[in-house]
Amino acid sequence: MSQIIKLKRGFDINLAGKASNKVENPSQQETYAIKPSDFIGLKRPKLLVEVGDKVKAGQPVLFDKVMEKVRYVSPVSGEVTDIVRGKKRVLQEIIVKADNQETSVQFDKFSVSDIANLDREKAIDLMCESGVWPNIIQRPYGVVANPETSPKAIFISGFDTHPLAPDYQILLKDRKKDLQVGIDILKKLTDGIIHFNINASGEIPSEFSGLAGVQFNKFTGPHPAGNVGVQIHHLDPINKGDLVWTINPVGVAQIGKFFLEGIYDSSKIVALVGSEVNDPRYFNVRMGARINDFAEGNVKNDNVRFISGNALTGTKVSSKGFLGFYDSMVTVLPEGDQDEFLGWILPTTSKLSFHRAFGLFSFLNQGKEFSLNTNNRGEPRAFVQTGVFEKVTPMDIYPMYLLKAIMAEDYDEMEELGIYEVIEEDLALCEFVDVSKHEIQDILRHGLELIQNS
Amino acid sequence: MFEKGGKLEKFYLLFEAGETFLFSPSETTKARGAQIKDAIDLKRLMMTVIIAMIPCLLFGTWNVGHQHFIAVGELNASEIDKWLVGLKTVIPILLVSYIAGGLVEVVFVIIRKHPLNEGYLVTGMLIPLVVPPTIPLWQVALAAIFAVIIAKEAFGGTGMNVLNVALTARAFLYFAYPSQISGEVWTYLGDKTPVDGYSGATPLALANQSITSGESVVTTLNSFGAGWFDDVYSFSNMFFGFMPGSIGETSTLMCIIGAAILIMTGVGSWKVMLGVVLGAFAMGNLVNVIGANPYMDMPAYYHLIIGGFAFGTVFMATDPVTAAQTEKGKWIYGIFIGILTVIIRVFNPAYPEGIMLAILLMNVFAPLIDHYIVQANKKRRLKRATV
Repeated sequence: MSQIIKLKRGFDINLAGKASNKVENPSQQETYAIKPSDFIGLKRPKLLVEVGDKVKAGQPVLFDKVMEKVRYVSPVSGEVTDIVRGKKRVLQEIIVKADNQETSVQFDKFSVSDIANLDREKAIDLMCESGVWPNIIQRPYGVVANPETSPKAIFISGFDTHPLAPDYQILLKDRKKDLQVGIDILKKLTDGIIHFNINASGEIPSEFSGLAGVQFNKFTGPHPAGNVGVQIHHLDPINKGDLVWTINPVGVAQIGKFFLEGIYDSSKIVALVGSEVNDPRYFNVRMGARINDFAEGNVKNDNVRFISGNALTGTKVSSKGFLGFYDSMVTVLPEGDQDEFLGWILPTTSKLSFHRAFGLFSFLNQGKEFSLNTNNRGEPRAFVQTGVFEKVTPMDIYPMYLLKAIMAEDYDEMEELGIYEVIEEDLALCEFVDVSKHEIQDILRHGLELIQNS
Repeated sequence: MFEKGGKLEKFYLLFEAGETFLFSPSETTKARGAQIKDAIDLKRLMMTVIIAMIPCLLFGTWNVGHQHFIAVGELNASEIDKWLVGLKTVIPILLVSYIAGGLVEVVFVIIRKHPLNEGYLVTGMLIPLVVPPTIPLWQVALAAIFAVIIAKEAFGGTGMNVLNVALTARAFLYFAYPSQISGEVWTYLGDKTPVDGYSGATPLALANQSITSGESVVTTLNSFGAGWFDDVYSFSNMFFGFMPGSIGETSTLMCIIGAAILIMTGVGSWKVMLGVVLGAFAMGNLVNVIGANPYMDMPAYYHLIIGGFAFGTVFMATDPVTAAQTEKGKWIYGIFIGILTVIIRVFNPAYPEGIMLAILLMNVFAPLIDHYIVQANKKRRLKRATV
């Protein structure tokens, strides 16, 4: 039964550099990479290719020995030019130089009626083999879902409230057929409901209206109302022992297209946003694209930070780095690596703050767009101010107590306080507003790993 | 020179403290996690509290001089003279408090290798505001050292203490050197002699005495000072603060201004403050009903303006580290402080002032209050599992 849920707690971060509606092709598209670090739960990655191998688009290059069925594939056809490893030989990037003509691994095509007759096992096998399976993330823990399990429900968040997040209407333009097929496939994977959550402050967006097989729920409120974790908490909370799956609408469309056309289509529309971008707009690229391929020439100066993803939960990459598997945006912000004289007391209206302490006047200017840099704004301290995290977490969770339980490595306490219900993006706002500058998302991931491995 | 391997490596954290005092640090956010951060930091938070205390500090300094000249009979003294007397008395206490406590903090930075935290900026100013102007400076130093070592660093420094550090300093003085912190110490006399008929009793002491004398508290207060200065303890004087007492405690109005600053900036919890006031008011009315002695008959709203009640409510009870840390817990914490303050005042002839001990006691119980609130959260979660 459809629900309408109004959330009050949270905080919208209004950054400068929103993308206009233009979608362009980038100047060059040559190098791509699969980054195993994108997949948090990858425990024992095993390479299937070596430097110099020729691969087709959709050909497996990696798998996890702990979950062998799921294959991670190359986004383009071409030659593997480099395999970059980090400290302790951790796999960081598998770089592929694209061919001029693309060749893909070919699978069977299915018509809409074929799909209705497709059985669950076969669908799962095809998804795992083709490389579209990693789109499905499981909760708790926020890792790639295990195809041998079955969730109690599937959740899709149809709107993104992160700073400068792209508009799904542009990302998924004319993809309704793919979305519907994707949903039909997902329906086979669970006995429960597929929840499709949309922003209530408007009609159901045109790209999503008319989708069958899902329960539409409406959410209003500031960020993080668009976070699927928050939505799960209000619709069907995760308890100990429960399993739910979440997937991004872009991933649903990719699954749908795979079944309809039999190929792994890594093409993606990505938004280039941020205050340091000359002309923020969308680009037609592919998964794993090199940032410079579409950002070059579009950035105001050299002392900037490229973030694959959004400013709260994204990952810093160099300009020669690559787009993350799950990301549909690249944020470019000024690096804040300068000292500021008496910066901690001088009154300011240009720095954004959730708080109203002496000299912080940004709360007077609600609609303003801020150009924030990456300065840490203070040194790490012990927890002092209380009550702030609860104001930005629209869930019945006490984040400070959860974090303290993780820091004390108290497993029972972590469970009882709701660690199963959150992943990093749900507490990212807490990390933003924290007076004591803790690395909250890091701490949370540490706690999730402890519980997962216990 | 201060970096690892350099000559003064031990003092690196002190150098860093000095550097970050002048310049906001240039560290940027890490590669994974929130890439942008809120403009607030602990230094700005603490500065906001200090700014909220400045009205009490300024008025209190002037008032030390004002009360001095009343007591010695020079009612025509100029404002400048009052300020000079006040500054002459208060500035040494402030300096000793900051230097003594600050030195202890610095020693612990070197020993424990944790950065110099900003917590003492606030504590260093709170301690002078809660002691009488005649307090010997060596006692201030001793109290600051004791409080920082025992109440703060022994537990792990800023953010880890159970007891309010400034109140621990005052409690130390109260129990270790009672004669300099109670009795007739609240007016600075200097070398001069007071006028005939002068009495240095405070409203709390007078109210306390009424338990044995049987006279109504309000009458005693209103008639006090007749002969050498009428209306010392009239209601308006007590509200505005034109009376002797600890340096920063006398003026309820200044405390209300401080409360407004703390609440508007979101730095101090209005729930704690309102809880304390409501608790005290409710208990005050309850003892009115019991009416076993004249102190109990005192109107409940008088409790809010006599003694250190207002100051404790606004600046001591709201310390986020030692108060309850859940929002619901803050109400319970505040209300109990108010109730206990009135109980200690009217039922116990040995302790005229109740707010200090009430806050310290509730500091100890705050974790227990939070424990039950968090338990309720856990139970709700379990209940969702079985539905």
